[in-house]
Amino acid sequence: MRSRIVKSLSIAAFAASLAACSSVPLDESQSGSGAGTGGGASTGQIMDPFNPQSPLAQQRSVYFEFDSYVVPDQYRNVVEMHSSYLASNAQQRVVIEGNTDARGGAEYNLALGQRRSDAVARMMTLMGVRTDQIETISFGKERPRAHGNTEADFAENRRADIVYQR
Amino acid sequence: MTTVIPAPTAMHRTWQACLFGLLMLVLGMFAAGTAKAQLRVDISGVGATQYPIAIADFSGDPKGQLISEVIRADLTRSGQFRLINATGTTLEAESTVDHENWHSRGADYIAYGSITQAGGQYTVSYRLANVIQKSQLDGVAFSGSEKELRRIAHQIADRIYEKITGVRGVFSTRLAYVVQKNNTHELQIADADGQNPQVMLRSKHSIISPAWSPDGSKLAYVSFESGKPVVYVQTLATGERFPIANFKGNNSAPAWSPDGQQLAITLSRDGIAQIYTINADGSGLRRVMRSPLIDTEPFYTPDGSGLVFTSDRSGSPQIYRVPVSGGNASRITFNGSYNISPALSPDAKELVYVTRRDGAFRIGLQNMATGAEQLLTEGPDDESPSFAPNGMQILYSSIQGGRSVLAVVSTDGRVRQTLSTLDGKVREPTWGPFTN
Repeated sequence: MRSRIVKSLSIAAFAASLAACSSVPLDESQSGSGAGTGGGASTGQIMDPFNPQSPLAQQRSVYFEFDSYVVPDQYRNVVEMHSSYLASNAQQRVVIEGNTDARGGAEYNLALGQRRSDAVARMMTLMGVRTDQIETISFGKERPRAHGNTEADFAENRRADIVYQR
Repeated sequence: MTTVIPAPTAMHRTWQACLFGLLMLVLGMFAAGTAKAQLRVDISGVGATQYPIAIADFSGDPKGQLISEVIRADLTRSGQFRLINATGTTLEAESTVDHENWHSRGADYIAYGSITQAGGQYTVSYRLANVIQKSQLDGVAFSGSEKELRRIAHQIADRIYEKITGVRGVFSTRLAYVVQKNNTHELQIADADGQNPQVMLRSKHSIISPAWSPDGSKLAYVSFESGKPVVYVQTLATGERFPIANFKGNNSAPAWSPDGQQLAITLSRDGIAQIYTINADGSGLRRVMRSPLIDTEPFYTPDGSGLVFTSDRSGSPQIYRVPVSGGNASRITFNGSYNISPALSPDAKELVYVTRRDGAFRIGLQNMATGAEQLLTEGPDDESPSFAPNGMQILYSSIQGGRSVLAVVSTDGRVRQTLSTLDGKVREPTWGPFTN
């Protein structure tokens, strides 16, 4: 029942986005593939975490400095966006997955990744998300998204991902 | 003078030794030259003291030469022995040794023996003589099948090592480690020389932090197979396994108490990573202490009364000690801003850990009484140190020449060896206990 409602909502949102697309120019900050997210006005965006065109699906990572678990200021709006959605969709659950770069011990990185996911979760609860909507886990350095050994690769892996549960 | 263990007893001992290592899976490891070792051994450096010893080929059966080769390789790897060439020498267990001849060739000691076979059962008789004192130091007979010959050779090497150095040998102990190839992770155990590797668990997901039970019969480890870290305990002889800690959040960093009755683990069930103890059957979970910051990587002190662990409560990860019953933790490491993965020597006098210095992850050794620190390795990526059960060497993982290897360094830093795989990444090693 619930999933049907979600589905029909997302279809409606998708239809709205198509309509928006025909009349609103693309946001120049998007690289061209972001059809439907344009306009800049939040009312014009698809707020559906399961729609790949939605900012909720596209912006779900928070990046961290080396050996740090402080959410940087520039990711505060990402956390805010998800918190706002989750606060008004109290049945929706998320898992926040903490990750680290490959340097250092496996166990300490596991704990560090957990602190990263906890930091995002704490910010979310302060923004009105219920604690029972959130589970935090860590993969430490065990599931790198970038496999190289450059600074850019390391930075890509120092990350917490917000993963919506169906 | 000569002590000969009766065949049934020797047989029994050898069987015990083999049982814990999954007898069924023992590979055909004794065929000359065809043994497919997954780990290749390289050695560098020599010990402060090197005992000159000749190892004669064991006589009576072609397998005798292989027994001698294993003993020679074991003693060489320790860095504490200098091998005197004994090629072409055939001595039987009952031969009379020409002490003066061996002394003039530079040996202080000679080991020799015989091997006989009847109905697929081998009997290996060994002798160790001090050619200066012209005395016999040891004499024992072992019995076993062809597959057990390698283990018998390690046991002879252990006896030689102990008779001469006064310290118990570790050649018949085992290592556990994880091999990562493409997207496959294998928890393996192998003999201390890297031979005879056996797969205990194969998974598409990471396996980390293997920990031997004190009797060597079980491994605890962390597997990500269910989508998050869960601690399992697996009995090696049967392969039987069960999740001992599968609570909300992360479950990791298992360590066995010295009596094998409980484990210390790290859980994030109450938020941040904290240390708990749990009985070996999964009952009796207890939180050791409450910390506002990360506590992880517990390791029992050898007397079982305390834990050393990693915490970033000072603002950077450092190593602390706390009673198992809880209470105030005291800081142990003060050099550098990143000290993790602590392990204590069996006599509790030394602490080994990973330390980051100028961006390199190196193995550090600290005297627990004086606080004096020695950096044993150069890095750049040395991890997961553990002591040999006799406290003489440290096993760790390393990147050397771009290759992922297991490495061993003597606690005085003088002797190094590497065990390298043909392909893949080898990580999370831990040295197993004495088992016989």
